Amino acid sequence: MGMQRSLPAERILGRGHPRVDAREILTKYGTVIALLLLVVVASFASPRFLSPVNLMNVLRQTAIVGVLGIGMTFVILTAGIDLSVGATLALSAVLLAGTLDATGNIWLAMAAALLVGAFVGLANGLGVTLGRVQPFVMTLGMLGIARSLAFLYTKGEPIPVLEMDFLKLGIGYLWRIPVPSIVFLALLAVAAFALHYTRFGRSVYAVGSNEEAARLSGISVGRDKVLVYVISGLTAAAGAILYTAQFAAAPAIAGEGYELDAIAAVVVGGTSLFGGQGGVVGTFIGALIIGILSNALNLMGVSPFAQPLAKGALIILAVLLVGRGRRS
Amino acid sequence: MGENQPVLEVQAITRRYPGVTAVDGVDLALFAGEVHALLGENGAGKSTLIKMIGGALRRDGGRILLHGQEVDFRSPADALAAGIAVIYQELVLCPHLSVAENVLMGHLPQTPTMAVDWPTTRRLVATLLDQLGVTLPLEVPVARLSTAQQQMVEIAKALSRDSRVLVLDEPSAALGRRDLEHLFAVIRRLRERGVAIVYISHRLEEVFEIADRVTVLKDGALVGAWPIADVTMHGLVRAMTGRDLGMLAAPETTVGQPLKLEVRRLGRRGVFADVSLRLHAGDVVGIAGLVGSGRTEVLRAIFGADQPDAGEVLVDGEPVRFRSPAQALRHGLGLLPEDRKTQGLLLGRALRENLSLASLGRFSRFGLLQLGEEERAVRGFIQSLNIATRGPSQSVVTLSGGNQQKVVLARWLARRCRILLFDEPTRGVDVGAKEEIYRLIHELAEQGAAILVVSSELKELFAICQRIHVMREGRLVGEYAGESLREDRVAEAMLIGGASDGDAAVVAG
Ligand SMILES: Nc1ncnc2c1ncn2[C@@H]1O[C@H](COP(=O)(O)OP(=O)(O)OP(=O)(O)O)[C@@H](O)[C@H]1O
Ligand SMILES: [Mg+2]
Repeated sequence: MGMQRSLPAERILGRGHPRVDAREILTKYGTVIALLLLVVVASFASPRFLSPVNLMNVLRQTAIVGVLGIGMTFVILTAGIDLSVGATLALSAVLLAGTLDATGNIWLAMAAALLVGAFVGLANGLGVTLGRVQPFVMTLGMLGIARSLAFLYTKGEPIPVLEMDFLKLGIGYLWRIPVPSIVFLALLAVAAFALHYTRFGRSVYAVGSNEEAARLSGISVGRDKVLVYVISGLTAAAGAILYTAQFAAAPAIAGEGYELDAIAAVVVGGTSLFGGQGGVVGTFIGALIIGILSNALNLMGVSPFAQPLAKGALIILAVLLVGRGRRS
Repeated sequence: MGENQPVLEVQAITRRYPGVTAVDGVDLALFAGEVHALLGENGAGKSTLIKMIGGALRRDGGRILLHGQEVDFRSPADALAAGIAVIYQELVLCPHLSVAENVLMGHLPQTPTMAVDWPTTRRLVATLLDQLGVTLPLEVPVARLSTAQQQMVEIAKALSRDSRVLVLDEPSAALGRRDLEHLFAVIRRLRERGVAIVYISHRLEEVFEIADRVTVLKDGALVGAWPIADVTMHGLVRAMTGRDLGMLAAPETTVGQPLKLEVRRLGRRGVFADVSLRLHAGDVVGIAGLVGSGRTEVLRAIFGADQPDAGEVLVDGEPVRFRSPAQALRHGLGLLPEDRKTQGLLLGRALRENLSLASLGRFSRFGLLQLGEEERAVRGFIQSLNIATRGPSQSVVTLSGGNQQKVVLARWLARRCRILLFDEPTRGVDVGAKEEIYRLIHELAEQGAAILVVSSELKELFAICQRIHVMREGRLVGEYAGESLREDRVAEAMLIGGASDGDAAVVAG
């Protein structure tokens, strides 16, 4: 004993060839790999899958859930959850349609929708922070409230929307890409930028990672949490705009169950429900995976009763894959 | 110790991580009835080595022999069953379960109907604790125990399996002197019973007090192993760091500097009362006291992390009342919390984000992060504090304990606070880095910061403070400076309160 060895440089280089770490690759690119696999399988299963028309369809159908998923990502990054987004979408949608009906002004109608969304988010945020209600409980309650208000407002009858200029938002194309997809991508870019290049984004990760450490480091935890719920409310309202424009009507049942698809997109995209890990790029891929899967199942003529089964299995599989890498 | 066969032998064991070889072909032999100290700088590979021994981590190469037989543990449970118990740097008890349940976790005695056999459980646990010479309430959830008591629960848990090898990873980092004596008494008792003990610590005096042999690691590789009688303090420091360390003297007492922080009769019901302090620019003031004497709580109350219910705090002569830490930060205060895991680190996040967390204002303009500026500052701290890392984007969860501590400390250095409250600033930090941190503290004081330090290590307070307050049972019982600043007096005051004859006379700045 008593020998001296190992130069630091030699140690840093890890001696010999560096091992390719399979785990690391799985963690980083697991969702991308899953997406590619799915595309390959789907294109073999149905020749129509890769046709441009169909791909555009997938993109359009992914947009609404994807937009909801963006706000949901912010909430989940802080270790929260927002179960009210589907119902908020409905409430925003019916008020949008109502305002449009009454005033004929598209801008006013969209502003009304966004205002409602922000307001619902604010209520969620204040309940979670000032009221110290668990996010799950608070937003579950809000789900009921918002949905019910939507029904009361419409008295059960869907409100039709016939303003052609507005409907273009849902069914139109820009540079041959469906407008909803463009909206989705634009919001995605803004969100990704906010998460990675702004002070607020940093705080979101910090709060979700260790709330007490963030507080002791001077982060205004309460304010940031309220903000993420407001963002989620706003993206739900944006989803409402796309929904109404796409279906030319605002029924009170709009967006039912969308909260689960949005959460699935976020989780499949690799964002941890415990907070502090993940991001919107993952959510984009997650939303695509879920969109493509529904589409492929439809093309293959799988019974609607069996579709949730396939979706559920896929979600669990994706999370297993990502989680396996992350645990190490 | 001699020619007899080692209980446990590790041969050429290796563990690689992407970009770093954490443990590089290390040998280690452990004999029955010895206390074997494992030393090395932060990131030298100590924790990684013992995790492999304890079955918590797979090895990439090398062999482990137990009583001469090669073994291959696939889980901590395997190692435990074979008689190897490891108490990790971060304790892993179930906080809501009782002491008794934790001690016998995994093998609670059962009645024939598969229910827990409580009478037997209690009897077994009481016997075990008795053998250790400790008394603990059996029914209380461990979350309510002090760190020192929780450690005893861990040790009892290890013994309940009749372990022949007990590994302690930095058990003293969170202990005051009195708890430490107790721990040593328990260790000596186990040594007499023939248990082989691995003891990891950054406090070299402890090593000379308790160890029979030492092994030193550096950069993942073995430097050497010696009987304790064959080494000196200087020799060990040199083996660990590859250089000699100078001695530091506390900075000059400041005179005529403006008063930065004044605390008047601050109190929080049931925790501490009547605490008054004055810090001038350039002051480094210490608070000594036993764990649980209320030191941490005073710092938290000053910082607005908890709300005091009596007294007042003045910053630059202005009365302030912080409702949140964010407000305290705006007034130029910073608090380094005592427990880095629960109060300091964003575990899954990058070193960069952890380091700049309290200075996001400095590193952003109109809410946009200035990543280049941040990167430069972060790299500067990695270098000046000698943080062992692959770079700013390494996740802090993969840093060694001492390097994590450096990161949370750097968070407050980056913030450039004018009033710093440091709670155990060097917990788990190696000797070389400690010296560097002391130097930085002095530098900050020279630049006009006022610094209040809480530490369980008296030596540390004496190395950096011009003035030391002693806290006991929630009250300040003495203030020592100048002539009266002597280790024996402070230690005595911590245990039995300040001397009555004006001996603890205040020599206020
Ligand atoms: N999961 C991991 N991924 C990458 N690197 C790691 C991982 N775990 C440990 N390391 C690296 O291995 C090295 C050795 O770490 P280890 O925790 O064994 O040090 P240590 O000697 O216990 O230090 P300390 O005294 O600070 O506790 C460090 O450089 C650390 O960053
Ligand atoms: Mg360690």
